[in-house]
Order: sequence, then structure tokens, then C-alpha cells
Amino acid sequence: MAAILAERRHGFGFVTPLLVVMLAAFNLPILYMLALGFWSKQGGFTTEHYAALFDAPIYLRVLANTLRISVVATLVNVAIGYPLAYWMRGLSPRAQFIAVACVITPFWISILVRTYAWIVVLGNNGMVNRLLQWTGLTDAPVSFLYNELGVMIGMANVLLPFLVLPLFAAMLRIDDRLMQAAASMGAPPRTIFLKVFLPLTMPALASGALLVFILCLGFYVTPAILGGGKVPMISNLLDFLINQIPRWEQASAVSTILLVVTLLIFAAYRALDRKVGA
Amino acid sequence: MTDIRLEAISKHYGAFKAADNVDLAVAQGEFVTILGPSGSGKTTLLSLIAGLNQPSTGRILIGGRDVTGSSPQQRNVGLVFQSYALFPHMSVFDNVAFPLRVRKTPADALRRKVMAALELVQLHGLAGRRPAQLSGGQQQRVALARAFVFEPDILLLDEPLGALDRKLREELQVELKQLQRRLGVTTILVTHDQEEALSLSDRVMVLDRGQVQQIAAPQEAYLRPANRFVADFLGIANFVPLPGGREGVIRPERIRLAAAGGLPAQVVEAVYLGQIIRYHLTAEGRNFVAAAPFVGQPHAIGDTVSLTWVEADVWPVA
Repeated sequence: MAAILAERRHGFGFVTPLLVVMLAAFNLPILYMLALGFWSKQGGFTTEHYAALFDAPIYLRVLANTLRISVVATLVNVAIGYPLAYWMRGLSPRAQFIAVACVITPFWISILVRTYAWIVVLGNNGMVNRLLQWTGLTDAPVSFLYNELGVMIGMANVLLPFLVLPLFAAMLRIDDRLMQAAASMGAPPRTIFLKVFLPLTMPALASGALLVFILCLGFYVTPAILGGGKVPMISNLLDFLINQIPRWEQASAVSTILLVVTLLIFAAYRALDRKVGA
Repeated sequence: MTDIRLEAISKHYGAFKAADNVDLAVAQGEFVTILGPSGSGKTTLLSLIAGLNQPSTGRILIGGRDVTGSSPQQRNVGLVFQSYALFPHMSVFDNVAFPLRVRKTPADALRRKVMAALELVQLHGLAGRRPAQLSGGQQQRVALARAFVFEPDILLLDEPLGALDRKLREELQVELKQLQRRLGVTTILVTHDQEEALSLSDRVMVLDRGQVQQIAAPQEAYLRPANRFVADFLGIANFVPLPGGREGVIRPERIRLAAAGGLPAQVVEAVYLGQIIRYHLTAEGRNFVAAAPFVGQPHAIGDTVSLTWVEADVWPVA
């Protein structure tokens, strides 16, 4: 027992420098940032920055806007990602490899390049609009860019792998014999999907969707470029508060609220997950 | 409760024949075991009967009804997989209730049937558990209860005891046999374990490379194998020359070790198995295995003994 403890203490010595770096490089700045929101210009503790947030409706509107866009982008992601992962599961191993490669490839391309690529595709003279007008579906170009639609399309694209890959991995782990057993007991395909397949993929779907949602909340590049400054999300507001004005204390208060909202959502997910798992 | 007929069933995967012109008739209430080494096509046959797979040629009849080409849902077959295939997200109760819910059984009847099925497999106290919280033997019982709770026409068991340790397997073999007799349900079991096949079934069908080698009662197949493959696969076989250049098979327990008066042989190895002792011997350049009850002083390695047997116990094989 003493030997084990000694060994642990021994190991701790090796990890200490890493812990110090973590603390100094990551945790202290975050604590400093959190503290900033409660720091008055004259010195001392204050809640005036938070009061200012609730006085000026613009802040809560941007927060609500961010949450709404994130929810929709997550739902779009689920609507595309689940069927995609399901389809991939049924492919031959070779085709699965190609499909996974297709899903991952965008990961290797800079998010900036990908986002600008959407401008080429969705612009007024872009491929989509030219196709729409050529087929006669519309007379005038449809504006996909510099509005919420463009932002959602861009975010859904960038974040799709975060949902598809864990979901696909979870689906691969499901034993085909479970579905065969259900079929042999007389369950029609719809029942097999709803009662067996879907519940078994639910944990992966929920955690994937949560990951996408949380990433959406903090998205910066895509709303900035595809939104053209007309779709304010929290990150863009933070950029404005820090780089344009600058009002660090206000930015700190906004970030803190975003962090709290994110943690609350995560806590709700954990509580739900534990309830379902029990 | 019905009979099963396979008529000239074949299943090809390219050039490979997983089942090759198989005929089998299982009577109402009968317990038939399909026995063969891995890759012999026995699980393929089972999946064809269950409808998880479709034969390349031939017909399958369950209760006189031609079910060839119909889906598993239409066949009313109870199926137990080697891996049990229990639904991990459901309790034991919900697992067993699944086939009844699919059939829209009213709540009170459902509850009664599930509890009765769990009672039969001695698991009524564990209805609220998840499969992951059960031992292998308990999971196997849940899979069994789930397979017969909806009163299927036939019961198909794919190596149901394969994943269990020996002692538990032997216990469950007895239970399985009693349960099958009580339910009176026509049953086909697939196994590579010859002891299991011999102890459980009314008849065994020995399969090799997709082809039927023999269909017979266990003792019949054991003592009078149709060919060398069956003789070898169903336990230990001694091959002895017969007049006219033919060969015959005799089982180890039918060979006696005497002091003199038979075929002189040398003891090469003596394996102590508890109730019996198994001798490996050589005589006239041939290897023999004889099993003798473990009483008195056993023969030592290198001893010379005399092998005797009754001519009627030698069965000629091709």
C-alpha cells in the first residue's frame, strides 16, 4: 500500500510541470476573464456590467438569436447526418471507406477556404442560382448569402462530420442479429427501427447533436463571412466589443453568460442521459 | 406446433455451396439437431428456415405451408442466437414482452404470459434487470423465454449453449430438453458439439460441406455411422479391417482389454477421465483407443495387453 502511494507521488512529480502549464496557460486566463466582468473601472467589485447587459436589449437579442440559429443548424445537421450515417452503415466496407473519406475530407480544408467556397456556390452568380434560373424555377437570383439561411447552410456543412462520425461508429457497433431477432419475432421494419435501432443510437445521436450545438454557439468565421455582418451571433458581438470599442468588461460578462448557458445545457443533457441510462 | 420439411434446399455463394441439395423432414414435436464442423453450412440452414436468408433452390414447408420466399415476420418462428441477441436497452421483462407487443397482446395477458415464460426458465425474480446485469446462463434463459413466449410454430436454436462453461452447459442441456418436451414444440438445434447433439435430440442430421451425411437417431448414428466422416465426427472411432478389403468402425467402450486371447497391443498413453480411463494403443501398426471403467490396477504405459471385441459391434463403413 505504502509502495503504491509512493509510486503515485513519484508519478505526480512528472506530471507537475504539465499541470503548472495548464493552470498558467489555460485556467488562469479564463479565471481572469471571468473576474474581469465583476471588476469596476474605478476598482473593486461590481455587477454593473451584468446590469448593462439586461438594460440594453441588444445583448439578450443576440444571445436569443445565437441560440435559435444554433438549434436550427443542429436540427438540420441531425436531419442530414442521421440518414447519412444510416445509409453508410449498409454499405460494403470498401464503399464505407470512401464515404467516410468524403465526410472527413472537408476537415482537412481550412474553414476559411470552405466558407469562401460557399460564396462561389451560393452567390447571386453562383452555381446554385445559375442552375435555378436555367431550369426556370426562379426568375431572379435567390439570396442565399448575407442572411440566416447562408449562415445555417455554412454551419451545417462545417459541423456535419462532428455528428456523422460518432453516429456512424455507434451504428456500426449495433449487432445485425438484434434486428434479425426482432424480425423473427414478427416485428415489421418500422417497429424494428423505432424500438430497436433508434433507441440504441440515441446516446450517440444526443451527444453528437449536443457537440454540434455547443460548437454552433461559439461559431465565428462562418457567421462573419456568410452572414456579412447582418446575422449577429455571440462571437461576432464579442469581436465587436473587444476589437472595435473596446469594452473588455462587457465582453467578459457576455462570455460568462454564454458559458453558463452552455453548462446548463450540458447539465440538462447529463441529467437526461443518466435518467435514460438508469 | 407443426412439422418442417426441407425439399432439395441449396444455397450458393458464387461457387461455394453452403447448403447442397438438403432434404429433411422434422415431425411435429420432434427435436432434431443439425451437427457439423464450423463451415459445414449448419447455421446457413437455420437462417434459411428462419427466413433471414433465402435458398438458391428448393422449398421450405412449415406446417404444410410453403414459406419459401416469405419474410421472417411471416413465419412465426422462435429463434435463439448463439450471441443471444438480447436488446441491451430493454429490461428482461421488455425483452420477453417484445414479440407479444408486436402482436398487440392486451396488457394483462401480456404480463401473465411473460411472467409464466420467465417462471419456466426460473428467472421470474429478475424481470426488472438489464441483460448486461445477468450472467451468461441467465441471458441464455432470457433468450429462450423470448423465443417461445409467443407460442411459435417452431423453435430454432443456433448453438444456444456454445458460450457457456461446461458445467453450466450440461445443466442447461437437461433444462432445455425438459422445456422442449413440456412445450411440445418442434425444435431444430444447431451445434458443433457432438455430445450436446447426442444427449438432446430425437434425431441428428450430420452435415459436412453443405451435404447431408446421415440423418438418424443419436445411438444409431453413433454405433452405425453412414461413413468415415460421421464415424470420426461423432466421438472416437477405431477402424479395423474387415474381410473383403473393407473397413469397420468400433467405439472405444466396446473394446476390452484382456490378459490374452485377442489382438496383442501396446499401451502408448493412459488418460484418466474420472469414471473411465482411456487407453491409446498400437497393434499391428494401427492406432486404437479403448475406454475401460476405472477399477482395479490400471495398465501402465508400455504394457502389453490383448484387445478383444464382439464381431457384431464392428460396423462396416465405406
